[in-house]
Amino acid sequence: MTLIDVHAHFYHPASPRADWAERNASRLKAGEKLGITCHIASILGSWGRTSPTYFPSPRDVSAGNETLLALQRGLPALIRGYVCVNPNYTEHALSEIERCLAAGLIGIKLAASRRADDPLLDPICEAARNHRVPVLQHIWQGRRHEWPGQEASDAAELATLARRHPEVPFILAHLAGGGDWLHSLHAVRERSNVYVDLSGSGVDGGMLEACIEAVGTDRLLWGADITLDTGWAKLRYLERLLPAEQLDAVRWKNAARIFPPKSLIPDS
Amino acid sequence: MRIDVNAFLGRYPFRRAPGGSPQALIEGMDRTGIDQAWISNLSAIFWRDPTEGNSVLYQAAEYQPRFKPVPAIHPGLPNWARVLREGVDRKAPSLRCDPTFYGLEPDGGEMRALVAACGAAGMPLLMAVRLEDGRQRHPNDRAAELPPSAVRTLLRVHPGVRLLITHADREFIEQVHFGSTPAEAARVLWDICWIWGPPEDHLQILLGTIGVERFTFGSALPLRLPENIAAKLDLLDISAEDRARIEAGNLQAFLAL
Repeated sequence: MTLIDVHAHFYHPASPRADWAERNASRLKAGEKLGITCHIASILGSWGRTSPTYFPSPRDVSAGNETLLALQRGLPALIRGYVCVNPNYTEHALSEIERCLAAGLIGIKLAASRRADDPLLDPICEAARNHRVPVLQHIWQGRRHEWPGQEASDAAELATLARRHPEVPFILAHLAGGGDWLHSLHAVRERSNVYVDLSGSGVDGGMLEACIEAVGTDRLLWGADITLDTGWAKLRYLERLLPAEQLDAVRWKNAARIFPPKSLIPDS
Repeated sequence: MRIDVNAFLGRYPFRRAPGGSPQALIEGMDRTGIDQAWISNLSAIFWRDPTEGNSVLYQAAEYQPRFKPVPAIHPGLPNWARVLREGVDRKAPSLRCDPTFYGLEPDGGEMRALVAACGAAGMPLLMAVRLEDGRQRHPNDRAAELPPSAVRTLLRVHPGVRLLITHADREFIEQVHFGSTPAEAARVLWDICWIWGPPEDHLQILLGTIGVERFTFGSALPLRLPENIAAKLDLLDISAEDRARIEAGNLQAFLAL
């Protein structure tokens, strides 16, 4: 059975975490228990060590992407990656996209360095369109004010960007990762090129039914982010809620549709 | 045997959460192998007098033997001593108090008087750190979260105090556990509903640092999916014996203290 986690992260020795190797190993070990066949991951620069996690310097962005490429080369059947960019450095972001997609990464990760509806994101989305890769956008669900340490976007701002780039598939990050998820579902309901990633620590009763009602199972993507236990809980619930075909769509088929052909399922 | 200490009947006022009826609770329990649920009245937490919701709990438990009532007690109301006596007489396994939702100081004089009386009566007291993720609460849902300092303070009020704390995360638990004497810390039982699994492995780490005997099964049904607790257990590296302790054994030992 195929199971694709569209929202994973890995750490590295240049991050502030002394336990980086344990955390990476734990993800892979737990992923094996869950039956994850592909972790699509990103690394946000130095994770705060030499530049802020959500405002990574160009040097840290490149180093993080390079680490991810090395992880992907080490476990090519199991790990795929997003190229992380900071849109405030347009030239670097575009060259990093060219470099890393050519080297084998399969999507673009936008964290929270610049608001999602800002024009600076347009050239990055153009690159996504040219390469036919999706954009995973970090989202604060229903943001009502600024949050420290990031220039967070909400789903309404992502919907504005998605309207400007209708040919690009956007992934609304971690719907269950904090904030008002119902606000997000309202905001993207009509935007057919926005997919909803179910990751995050939340396991609210009623949330999955609301997702299905708002965007249908064809726009839901399974993911875990930094809590595989809650990811597994949502998957178990969906197994009872959905017929097999719709469950497969959430588990992997929707992801396989929006990422480059054969990048996730070699024989597809 | 799997006992869920953190289940609710009733409605949450700040968002739609399907369930809340006895039938829906039983369905959730059956789905995830929960044999017994300790039930609190979710609606009544927000009432001026939350003890008005207790009769429903007693009735539900009489009707459904898989339910055990956890009646609310409000130490700011003049009836609290009677509510405690009723709980003891009707063999409630625990009472619950949500001081910040009642507008009380969580470690103020009323709470200290309550936990001292519960300690003397041999009645455990259940308290929730939170009911919902602070990042998603309704703008008018402004009750503060229970602070670790209040739990530490309340443990010191009486040597017989036993606290069952739900919805606590790793940092909260560590601040109480290592901020208390071993004897005090042994009188707290934590539910696991808010403790992260892999890759952060907070629960696995706590089992090693604090001890498996301090944890019990709690789901927060219907606010949260009970599948979460089953998944957490399935992701732990623990023996079948230790798993059984989290599912029920630790709770039974806690009640026997």
